[in-house]
Amino acid sequence: MSADHLPEHPDFLWRNPDPKKSYDAVIVGGGGHGLATAYFLAKNHGMTNIAILEKGWLAGGNMARNTTIIRSNYLWDESAAIYEHALKLWEILPEELEYDFLFSQRGVMNLAHTLGDVRESIRRVGANRLNGVDAEWLDPQQVKELCPILNTSDNIRYPVMGATYQPRAGIAKHDHVAWAFARKCDELGVDIIQNCEVTGFIKDGDKVTGVKTSRGTINTEKVGLCAAGHSSVLAEMAGFRLPIQSHPLQALVSELHEPVHPTVVMSNHVHVYVSQAHKGELVMGAGVDSYNGYGQRGSFHVIEEQMAAAVELFPIFARAHVLRTWGGIVDTTLDASPIVGVTPVENMFVNCGWGTGGFKGTPAAGLTFAHTIATGAPHELNKPFALERFETGALIDEHGAAAVAH
Amino acid sequence: MLLISCPNCGPRDETEFHYGGQAHIAYPENPNDLSDREWAEYLFYRENTKGTFAERWVHSTGCRQWFNMLRDTVSYDIHAIYAMGQPRPDYPADQASAPGLAPGAATPASSATTPTSSEGV
Repeated sequence: MSADHLPEHPDFLWRNPDPKKSYDAVIVGGGGHGLATAYFLAKNHGMTNIAILEKGWLAGGNMARNTTIIRSNYLWDESAAIYEHALKLWEILPEELEYDFLFSQRGVMNLAHTLGDVRESIRRVGANRLNGVDAEWLDPQQVKELCPILNTSDNIRYPVMGATYQPRAGIAKHDHVAWAFARKCDELGVDIIQNCEVTGFIKDGDKVTGVKTSRGTINTEKVGLCAAGHSSVLAEMAGFRLPIQSHPLQALVSELHEPVHPTVVMSNHVHVYVSQAHKGELVMGAGVDSYNGYGQRGSFHVIEEQMAAAVELFPIFARAHVLRTWGGIVDTTLDASPIVGVTPVENMFVNCGWGTGGFKGTPAAGLTFAHTIATGAPHELNKPFALERFETGALIDEHGAAAVAH
Repeated sequence: MLLISCPNCGPRDETEFHYGGQAHIAYPENPNDLSDREWAEYLFYRENTKGTFAERWVHSTGCRQWFNMLRDTVSYDIHAIYAMGQPRPDYPADQASAPGLAPGAATPASSATTPTSSEGV
């Protein structure tokens, strides 16, 4: 087929402008969090003379690589508040952004395989309910009714002893989420500048006044960092440190299958999480590779372990073929909670440390980070997630407490 | 999967090892004198180098000894393996000294700090 016969390109959802000489604010990182931040800066704070700088292509980092799970069943009050706020935003965003990104509230099940799991799960259900997060405890029979393909018999190494269930949780089409935000940002006047790598910062004393990029120098009043796995690299350029370690996190999909999996199943103990994408692929992820890495790939034994766990829980997956595996670089903190707030550099703000769970937090990260950038002070929801908590000791320890390790 | 040359046991699969995070973090000499900021630096702040990184590993299912490694965090190439307590070798300036130690040359592990692997548990 010659090019003459190709269909017309669909309408572009955003412009591709050249960077201006100066902006009121610059967001570094054109992933979900950067886009959401720019959207809320423009919508809630009237800051429309702003730019998003993306070193690659829009939403091509972790936004393109995550397993799209959205839930808010976190144990601690601070986490439940911010993730539940995110979930409430997910529920209204398709209408607000005028874009159906296929948010499917098919529920998320977190399996319990040991007595310790059972106790922790029931405690978390109670904590969730007190925080207004929908949560139920399911016995193995109820688990089987909700997800018939799960092996709930006693003949596996770690039998399913029950599960927590959040009915309002689910999945969304990650690319469409990015496009929905990008289109609205563009409409509001935000410049989305791709292929524009930040190479340094211009400072006047302790205050940031500009950004050096591969497409020239840009003066700006304020800088917001939304660079996930590369946050430490940017912070070093700016002259401060972050308590972040970057790790590869891998995921995989199978070939397309008929709908067989009605919900999302996560298991902390055997460590795998599985959903079935709208198109039909089984989507699976697990834990990070142990070592620090920026290579956007990990070791095969990590994939092998998560597939072994998946096949034990879902015997019918044994004949499914892996279509592809990939890795992204996640920014982990020592308490497995994000950092959203001010930095030691004046007028520079950071949103990072979302680790393996950043996708679900996208709307709340954007909302609170935009508030912080616009006003210079934290939103009530991100106040506990300040960088200073590592000095005060007010950690929000979601290791394990967050229903699944991350 | 990394192939790691344990100084005591020779080349083994990565699955036999555990990661210990950044190397050369000494326990503070006078912990009581530290400010909150300095204590936070010691506990929570580690280099997150993109490039050649000095880190610790332990051969958990082999000799159970700790050792240090210089590894590239982008290519994942291992540049040098050296004993706990030895200074970080030059790389790439002095590659001749980079190869792993002869078996038996490693000193017993006396890691003063807690491993900082941030893998979920």
